[in-house]
Amino acid sequence: MDKIATENTDLKLQLLEDFKKLEANLNGESKNYFHKIRQDAIASFIELGFPVKKLEEWKYTNVNNILKHDFKTSESAGTSGITREEIKEVLFDEKVNLLVFVNGSFDEDLSDIITDNKNCFIGSFMKGRVLHNDIIEKHFSKYAEYKKSSLTALNTAFAADGLFIYLKKNETIEEPVHVINISDSRKESFLSQPRNLFVLEEGASIKIAYDYISVGEEHSFTNSVTEIVLGENSNIHHYKIQNENSKAYFIGTTQVMQEKNSMFSDTTISWGGAITRNNLNSVFNGSNTECHFYGLYLLSGKQHVDNHTLADHAMPHCYSNELYKGIINDSATGVFNGKIMVREDAQKTNAYQSNGNILLSEDATIYSKPQLEIFADDVKCSHGATTGQLNENEMFYLQSRGIGREQARIILLNAFAGDVLDSVKIKGLRDKLQIMLESKLKYKK
Amino acid sequence: MLTIKNLKAKVETDEGGKDILKGLNLQVNPGEVHAIMGPNGSGKSTLASVIAGREGYEVQDGEILFEGKDLQELSPEDRAREGIFLAFQYPVEIPGVSNTNFLKTAVNEIRKSKGEEPMSSVDFLKMIKERAKLVDIEPEMLSRYVNVGFSGGEKKRNEIFQLAMLNPKLSILDETDSGLDIDALRIVANGVNKLKTKDNAFIVITHYQRLLDYIVPDFVHVMYEGRIVKSGDKSLALHLEEHGYDWIENMKEEVNA
Repeated sequence: MDKIATENTDLKLQLLEDFKKLEANLNGESKNYFHKIRQDAIASFIELGFPVKKLEEWKYTNVNNILKHDFKTSESAGTSGITREEIKEVLFDEKVNLLVFVNGSFDEDLSDIITDNKNCFIGSFMKGRVLHNDIIEKHFSKYAEYKKSSLTALNTAFAADGLFIYLKKNETIEEPVHVINISDSRKESFLSQPRNLFVLEEGASIKIAYDYISVGEEHSFTNSVTEIVLGENSNIHHYKIQNENSKAYFIGTTQVMQEKNSMFSDTTISWGGAITRNNLNSVFNGSNTECHFYGLYLLSGKQHVDNHTLADHAMPHCYSNELYKGIINDSATGVFNGKIMVREDAQKTNAYQSNGNILLSEDATIYSKPQLEIFADDVKCSHGATTGQLNENEMFYLQSRGIGREQARIILLNAFAGDVLDSVKIKGLRDKLQIMLESKLKYKK
Repeated sequence: MLTIKNLKAKVETDEGGKDILKGLNLQVNPGEVHAIMGPNGSGKSTLASVIAGREGYEVQDGEILFEGKDLQELSPEDRAREGIFLAFQYPVEIPGVSNTNFLKTAVNEIRKSKGEEPMSSVDFLKMIKERAKLVDIEPEMLSRYVNVGFSGGEKKRNEIFQLAMLNPKLSILDETDSGLDIDALRIVANGVNKLKTKDNAFIVITHYQRLLDYIVPDFVHVMYEGRIVKSGDKSLALHLEEHGYDWIENMKEEVNA
């Protein structure tokens, strides 16, 4: 235990050193709003430290298992050396705006931004700070609260690059944005901290798909923060596919702020990575707002995936719907913590939540925790959680029609996961995910 | 085709194994329709489950041969591939799996086991259209999930439709008539009658003589306490209808006395 505690401190000390180096190289930026936030954030991180298991929010996910590795934290110079060949398998059949990030830094050579609209910006956060500094100043770090979360604080302190999207009033981007985040640990174990901000003004609309993949034999640790601001009547479809290797650690927070009549739909798919923690929070800041959370986790080996979600009904007449499903094999562990907060003013709230799990082995574990906190009296809320094995009656029915047990198993698991995949509204991506799902199911005995 | 000799089987329950079949004999030949009647708990459905290979049913003694093969050595899917079909008393709902995809997989798995190529989509659709008419299946039902949201009658019709698609040698209809109104019963019975050939056989398990007005059996067997206690022609069903199952019990007492 002592050893882990020391190493934990080591990484913290190393990060504080890095921060000093960062400050020394600011070139006159040190007095502006952006750096003030960073300074404030590092202070929060120093105070909070890395999360420990004693915290209710981190009860089932032990960050020490990540921190015990020796991560390089500062950016290595030069090009990434990632080729198109390495990203080929994650591409899907659709005209998209392709953006590639390697260890958090934008790789312009591999990217291909096809939307040409002067009222829209899709590009790197760094470039965004040059072209749309006013928008970033207005929104950066206003939603993801670093004073309450040490990992958000850490990300904010080192915020440098990531994806920035800005859509002016009533703009619709027809071609989806496809982001490929690559953790490159070919040289050494690496910590990257992408920082994303999407700002949609009134009536704007976009679809964004994130693929997380990794290359290299060493460990990688991604600590990502995404802030999404949805203006009145705007909408976004957001997809996040975790498909990193078994040495990848991922902690990501998506913080959404929704104005009235806006719609947010997220699908979080986790079938890669060693330890993955997804935090997804949406706050309703106006009435008649709608949000959909879909999730699928397909785990084997010793994988650990923790999904924490929050639908924060602060205003009346809002709707939230959540469907998370898990298929867990071997000695893998899943965590689902779905919180629905219905505040005093949020009358006429409709909030639904469902979490279903199939455990395929004796050693598979799921911690499923619905958490409803309701302070209004005229609301409709429901939640349900099921955990079980494959249904033997269904298996026998299929077998009795000549379908072999292995095939029957794939059919049923495929059907179980199907309604989550149906939430994906980019056809090329939906098709790709279907193929991936089937190949992963075949692999899992 | 099917030879059952001195079959003894028990079912696994929460309280342990329970003996259900206690020495059952049955011979079914191609072209024959056998009706099995009997009161609740006499072992009719257990017999169907044992033939189809459902888990939790354990054969203690005796043998079941299908075209000379020992069924006990075959998995449920292999029994289906050999040509055994069970129309379920309570067809299972399978959300997320469309009827068409399910049937296509089943048809092709059975073809594969015989070394045949998978059916082309065109041929498959043609076959579906043609067989659906036999049991008044609406095309819309085919795109729905297997039995999900189907009425009781639709589920039973869907069973017979699957039977029509898979073209088995031996079909076991496990209380297919229960819960059906007279129109649905006619549709189901007509379907079965059209599918009947000199080469296939049917075992019709039922409580009621009513179904046998439409599917006329060559043999009627009465099951009681895990055995066939009486066999005869279709007039036996009428006799049962008239005298009820008490008659069997009385008969048994007479035998014992």
